[in-house]
Amino acid sequence: MQRRDFLALSGLATSGLLVPSFFGRAIAAEELLTVLDPAIKKRLADDALSAARDAGATYCDVRIGRYLSQAVMTREDKVQNVMNSESTGAGIRVIVNGAWGFAATSDLSPKGVVAAAKQAAAIARANSKYQSTPVQLAKAPAFGEVSWKTPIRKNAMAVPIKEKVELLLGVNAAALEAGASFVNSTLFVVNEQKYFASTDGSWIDQDVHRIWAPMSVTAIDKSTGKFRSRDGLSAPMGLGWEYLDGNSADKTELPVGSTVYGMSYDMREDAIAAARQAQDKLKAPSVKPGKYDLVLDPSHTWLTIHESVGHPLELDRVLGYEANFAGTSFATLDKRKEHFQYGSDKVHIFADKTQPGSLGAVGYDDEGVKCKRWDLIREGKLVDYQTIRDQAHILGKSESDGCCYADSWSSVQFQRMANVSLAPGKDKLGPAEIVKNVENGIYIVGAGSFSIDQQRYNAQFGGQLFFEIKDGKVTGPVEDVAYQIRTPEFWNACVAVADESDYRLGGSFFDGKGQPSQSSAVSHGSSTARFNGINVINTARALG
Amino acid sequence: MSILDEEQTRAILGKVIQLSKADECSAMLNGETSGNIRFALNSVSTSGSIDNAELIVMVAFGKRTGMASINQFDDASLERVVRHAEELARLAPENPEFMPAIDKQEYKASATFSESTAAITPEYRAEVAAKSIAPCKEKNLVAAGFLEDGKSFSAIANSKGNFGYQKATSFNYTCTVRTEDGRGSGWVGRSLKEATDFKVEDEIQVAIRKATESAEARALEPGKYTVVLEPAAVAGLVGFMMFFFDARSADEGRSFLSKKGGGNRLGEQLFDKQVNIITDPWDAGTPALPWDMMGLPRQRQDLVKDGKVAFLNYSRYWAEKQGKQATAMPGNILMAGGSKSTAELVKGTKKGLLVTRTWYIRMVDPQTVLLTGLTRDGTFYIENGEIKYPVKNFRFNESPVIMLNNIDELGKPVRVQGDESPIAMVLPPMRLRDFTFTSLSDAV
Repeated sequence: MQRRDFLALSGLATSGLLVPSFFGRAIAAEELLTVLDPAIKKRLADDALSAARDAGATYCDVRIGRYLSQAVMTREDKVQNVMNSESTGAGIRVIVNGAWGFAATSDLSPKGVVAAAKQAAAIARANSKYQSTPVQLAKAPAFGEVSWKTPIRKNAMAVPIKEKVELLLGVNAAALEAGASFVNSTLFVVNEQKYFASTDGSWIDQDVHRIWAPMSVTAIDKSTGKFRSRDGLSAPMGLGWEYLDGNSADKTELPVGSTVYGMSYDMREDAIAAARQAQDKLKAPSVKPGKYDLVLDPSHTWLTIHESVGHPLELDRVLGYEANFAGTSFATLDKRKEHFQYGSDKVHIFADKTQPGSLGAVGYDDEGVKCKRWDLIREGKLVDYQTIRDQAHILGKSESDGCCYADSWSSVQFQRMANVSLAPGKDKLGPAEIVKNVENGIYIVGAGSFSIDQQRYNAQFGGQLFFEIKDGKVTGPVEDVAYQIRTPEFWNACVAVADESDYRLGGSFFDGKGQPSQSSAVSHGSSTARFNGINVINTARALG
Repeated sequence: MSILDEEQTRAILGKVIQLSKADECSAMLNGETSGNIRFALNSVSTSGSIDNAELIVMVAFGKRTGMASINQFDDASLERVVRHAEELARLAPENPEFMPAIDKQEYKASATFSESTAAITPEYRAEVAAKSIAPCKEKNLVAAGFLEDGKSFSAIANSKGNFGYQKATSFNYTCTVRTEDGRGSGWVGRSLKEATDFKVEDEIQVAIRKATESAEARALEPGKYTVVLEPAAVAGLVGFMMFFFDARSADEGRSFLSKKGGGNRLGEQLFDKQVNIITDPWDAGTPALPWDMMGLPRQRQDLVKDGKVAFLNYSRYWAEKQGKQATAMPGNILMAGGSKSTAELVKGTKKGLLVTRTWYIRMVDPQTVLLTGLTRDGTFYIENGEIKYPVKNFRFNESPVIMLNNIDELGKPVRVQGDESPIAMVLPPMRLRDFTFTSLSDAV
């Protein structure tokens, strides 16, 4: 996840200012419901494709995108900001003389897209002088005219602002009533209307929806000067407004007494729990550092999977294309060849761009490849990476894995992480049974602080809630917990993964990568899992 | 969109203010033409240019506010964006923290525009990439880097007659050089006002040297070490901390700058007496716009004076509520130091570690600004003033507040812009006692 985005968001949250959106131009609410006519998009795309062919392109893809977003930000009894944003335009990518070229335009007239196609071809031609090896594009089937839509039940863009404001202010009031000193709550709604066309014979119209309802509840003890926050336990999802229904069937009561959520979220209930737990955190004893068996809830594990498996298995990182910023990867190509023991035999990790409700679910990626599910780690052994069309041949693959994404019509598409998830255990096992066998452990719920090195070896993670486990029983909350891992040792210390009934998604709404940086959204699923003998540090300090 | 001049922006913003039927109207018009080149594996991977301009209109009816923006500036578009903002304002609930538009201000211009940086061409960028790659290839090293430069304009106006216009440029270069076997890695980064001050042939040698010299790294036990942090390594820690110099969160009791029992720590001795940090929009080498996002005029201002907290940012709302003067958000961070270079600080070190760069820094505990992150691209063991051998990277868990109480010596400040920081900083290299490393990293 990206710190710039975090800073931008917290800047907004603390200042309460009306500032330009980080998504695009701001628009009126009713415009969030309109869509561009696919027939018009097809005509424009076809114009661009022929212009590119005429300019000597051996391949061309056109993405005509309308990217809509809405953010409603509140604190306590105040609405800090409501933003509706739209960004519309076309991005055109071509191969000329074996080199890529890209150009984008907000001018959606036939003249505008033709000019951009010509410009992309000119850039490709110029770049080809410096290209030592021509681009090799894995084959993608021609799909003809197809469409895909996130299977939402209720479009969150259609819900009036008033209803959203009432929901958030109600959540805030409930947290304050339960003893919180401060509460911030926010709603993010995203709709990507993406049209893709390529010289391979595909015209793909997609309507992608995402939603996120984060909050942070703070308790303060003025006499000691101590403050503690507990963030919401929701996940950003590829769902509609129905995610906020709070269905009781989607709630799980954990052995530590907390409630966590699956495909639907009860924000008000979680706000009340957060207020109480933030106050408990003020009084909880500080953890004794040392080795513990960790029991990790899926609301926590998603971030560990994201950082220590998802990123190191991106092929562009492995090859060195991200060396100057995000970094490379310890999981080098030779490790795939030798089936490197990434984790224990309980660790089965798969990539999946089709999982319902996930942030990364689409029908086709941003270079027209149909999305699928595939294994990355099987019984602990490294078996595969994530690829796009111009990388597939490096692994001897005949097709791309469908991992291409651009965060805007104006950004060039490149390799981004698929949903990468830890498969549930095959035997019947729940969180309560896992706890029963733990002699000296810590149960962690929710994602907190996170940091990992540029090759994804050494990582440190915090959390939202920590509970001590002694001789198979949860004894109570502890504080100041962070654990440090070396990636392969950590995954090889995995001794138990709960069954499918406990499988839940977490995810990142703003995952940053690239220079200039682009943002993407990705989910990670898991069931509760146990890791033995992990190094826990105490993070309490005194400033004097 | 070319860079609009002062008269063009005045005309557009004037029309917007005129069109508005709201109680008050503020508008910002910003645009940028930026170019970049990215290279990896000793070859150019992407290059492009981004041209963008945006008009943001904010209106208020009483305490109800609305905002809309647009990137077309013909009369019909201007009318549309103003009506959109007004419509959103009518739908919005009242904001109890609403502040009226600021009064007319006098902004003293700062020299944020450089002709040499504005004149950068795609050919220049390609040459920088080529001159970064060639010496690496020669030595069987692998270069990956990024150059991004831009020219921009910012204009603000409101219905109380306020107006400001200024142009700016930016130039940021980074390059990571690795050995072919992946056992050594070096880095260099330069953030400059004048592109003519950039000598890629010299800069790339820094990364080449670090890559070569870091290849046979030995493992040291984690623990507390004397460290010499290069300015780029300081940036991630000190820059992060300065983001939290906010009066409201301190007064609310949820900041390391909150006082036990209530209030904030403004004026308290929180750091070593050697710590002096200011912000100054008119700094010659690292200028900033003379107004902040809300149009408040920036001033030269002590942030930390002789180790005492000399500044907390008061938003207009919070200042009014607390009976204080509102402050502009700083546009740069300038820390004072001594006259020695990093190399000279190394010379004066009996035993310690030299850290080129810090990476992936995140907040662990806001109560103490405890930050975690890692060293990267060149960490070396120093003995009797000499670099003895490269060492493996470490993870640190350290608070910049504690770190700035353990200063042994400060060197000569240089301009840096952290990979993850939006703000330009001038920071000294520093030798610190008892810097806390908590684990080893095998990453190169």
